[in-house]
Amino acid sequence: MGELRIQGLKAEVAGRQILNGVDLVVKSGEVHAVMGPNGAGKSTLSHVLMGKPGYTVTGGSVTIDGVDLLSLPTYERAKAGLFLAMQYPVEVPGVSLEELLTEALSAQGRDASVVHATVAAEAERIGLATRLLDRPVNVDLSGGEKKRNETMQLAVLRPKFAILDELDSGLDVDALRACSRRVEAATTEFDLGVLAITHYSRLLEELKPDVVHVLAQGRIVAAGGPELADELERTGYAEWVEEETPATAAADPFADPFADPFA
Amino acid sequence: MSSPQWLVERRSAAVQTDEFAMPSSEEEVWRYSRVADVDLSQWAIVSDRSEGVPAEAAALLDSLGHLAGTVVVRNGAVVVSRLDEALVAKGVYVGSLVDGPDAQNSLGVVADGGPDVFGRLNDAHFLDGVLVHVPAGVTVEAPIAIIDWIDIDGSAVYPRLVVRVGADADVRVLDWHGSADIAALVSPLVELDVDRAGRLSYGNVQMRGPRVWQIASQVSRVLNDGTLTSSHAGLGCDYGRMRTDCELIGRGATGNLSAVYFGTGSQTLDFRTFQHHAAPDTNSNLLFKGAVGGQSRSIYTGLIRVEKDARGTNAFQTNRNLKLSDTAWAESVPNLEIETNDVKCSHASTVGPVDEEQVFYLESRGVPTEIAERLIVAGFFDEVLEEFPVAAAVPLIAAAIDERLDAGVNS
Repeated sequence: MGELRIQGLKAEVAGRQILNGVDLVVKSGEVHAVMGPNGAGKSTLSHVLMGKPGYTVTGGSVTIDGVDLLSLPTYERAKAGLFLAMQYPVEVPGVSLEELLTEALSAQGRDASVVHATVAAEAERIGLATRLLDRPVNVDLSGGEKKRNETMQLAVLRPKFAILDELDSGLDVDALRACSRRVEAATTEFDLGVLAITHYSRLLEELKPDVVHVLAQGRIVAAGGPELADELERTGYAEWVEEETPATAAADPFADPFADPFA
Repeated sequence: MSSPQWLVERRSAAVQTDEFAMPSSEEEVWRYSRVADVDLSQWAIVSDRSEGVPAEAAALLDSLGHLAGTVVVRNGAVVVSRLDEALVAKGVYVGSLVDGPDAQNSLGVVADGGPDVFGRLNDAHFLDGVLVHVPAGVTVEAPIAIIDWIDIDGSAVYPRLVVRVGADADVRVLDWHGSADIAALVSPLVELDVDRAGRLSYGNVQMRGPRVWQIASQVSRVLNDGTLTSSHAGLGCDYGRMRTDCELIGRGATGNLSAVYFGTGSQTLDFRTFQHHAAPDTNSNLLFKGAVGGQSRSIYTGLIRVEKDARGTNAFQTNRNLKLSDTAWAESVPNLEIETNDVKCSHASTVGPVDEEQVFYLESRGVPTEIAERLIVAGFFDEVLEEFPVAAAVPLIAAAIDERLDAGVNS
C-alpha cells in the first residue's frame, strides 16, 4: 500500500508565509478532504505539492512511498505518481489532448499506443463529447467540460495519488456527479489515493471521504470523519477565521479529539 | 531568348531615373532594419540565364502532390514551366512573363516601381518575370507552385512574380523561395491583382539558405468583393525582410494576411505591413506569429490605414511573438490611421516567453519541461498553418520548425 506523506510543510509566496506546517498522510485507496475558508492556503497547498513556479518551500517534506517529491521537477513528481486536477485548467492552444497524454505516458516509459482507445473509453464514461477530444487542450471548453476533461486525464494516467483542487468549482450538478463518481471508482479500480481540496461539502456526496481535514491559516487545525464536512456546511468556517489575528501564529490552540497527529 | 523592345526600354528607364540610393534606417519603415549593411557593389547582378532544374527543386515539386501548374525559376531565369492542358484550353497561363497574355500591361500592374528602392532595382534588373494569369470565371482546383531557386554565390537576384486573378476566378499559388548554401542578395517583387469577386490564396515559403539576404516586397490590389488570402512562412536567410502592401480598393474587398516566422542563431527577420482600406465595407485581418531563439531578432511594424470613404471597414491586426532565449529580441509596433468613424478596428501585439502556466499544466501531466515547451511552440504556429493556402506545404514548414527546435533555441 502506497502513502502520500506531508510533514510540517511550510511555504511562502512573494515573501509571505502561506503554509505554516501542514501535516497529512493519505494512503492508497483513501479519500481525504481538505476543507477551509478562503485564504486558508488550500490552493497554495495543491500548487506546492505539484511544484508550481512562484512558491518557495521553507520547511517540511513531501514523499510518495518514501520518494522525496520536493526535490523533483514537476514532471518527475507526476512520474512518481502524483496528479493535480486544477481548479482552473489552462488552455494550451495548438496542443492536442492526445499529444499531451502520449508524451506524458512515453516520458514515463509507459505504453502510449493505447492512448487513443483509452481516451475514447474514458471520455464516454465521464460524458465528455467525442467532438471535444480533437480540440486543443481545454480551448473553448465550458467550466464543466474542463473538469470532466481533468478527471478523464486522471483516469487515463492512473496516478497513485490525485489532488483535486476545487474540482467542484465552476461546474453544474451533472458534471460534478460524473467527476466525483469517476474518482470514487478509481479508489477501488486502481487504488487511487485522493486529496480533495474543497470549500463546500457537495463534492463529498458522491466522493466519500475517509477523513475530513480543516485547513485554516496555513495548517491543519482539525480532522474528523465525514460528519465534520456536514458540520462545516452548517456552521461555516467562522470559528477558524476568527482566529486570524497575529497572536494565533504562536501555537495550535485547538484541542480537537480528531486533530491530525502531526498538527 | 531576347527581351521585347518594350521591356528593354522599361528597364533602361528604371536604371536611368534612379541612383538606387539606399534608404536610411532613420526612416520609420526601415527602423531596426539592416539596410545600412547592404552594399550593392558587393553583389554581381545575374545576367546569364541559368538552365536545368536543380535537384532540390525537383524533389520539392514531387513532395507537393498534384499541382495544376509549375514553374521553376533558377537565378532569376525560368527554366521550366508546365500547366494542365485543360487549364491551357481555358486561357489560364503559367510561365515566363514576357510570353504571357497582355505581358506589357501585367508587369507593374499593381506595383510599378515597387514601394521602395529595392522594387525599382527589381524593375531594372529582373531577368525573367513569372506570370500567373487566371481569366474571369475560371476556377483552378489544384494549386500552382513556383519554385524560386538561387545557387550562384555572390549574386544579386531580382525575382519578379505577377499573379492576375480575373473576375470571379479562383486560384491557389505556392511561391517557394529556396537556395543552395550560398551568399546572395535577393530582392523579390510580387504583384497580386485580384479582380471583382476573384479569390486568390497565395502562400509564400521563405526558406533560403542561412547566408542569403532577402529584401522582398509583396504588393496586392483587391477589387470589389474580391478576396486575397496571403500567408507567409519566414524561416531562412541571414536577413529576411518582407514588406506587405495590401490595397483594398473595391467595395467589399477582403485581405487576409498571415505569417509565421522563426528566427534562430543570429538571424534577423523583418516584417512591415500596410493594410490600406480605400473603399467602403472592406475587411482586413492580419495575424503574424513569430518566435525568436538564440541571438536572433524579429521586427514587426504594421499600419492600418482607413480612408475617409472607407465606411463600414473591419480591420484587425495581431502580432504575437515568443521570445525563447534571453538573448533574442523582438520588436512589435502596431499603428492605426483612421479617417472615418464607421469602422471596427483593433490591434494587438505581444512579446513574451512561453507561457509558464501552460508549461506547468503539461508538466503536471508528466511531460518533461523541454518537450512541453516544444509542444507549445509548435502549437503556437498551428493557428496560422492550419489556414495556409497550400496544405501540401504545411508538413514541410512544420518539419523546418521542428528542425529549429531540435537544434536548440534557448541560448
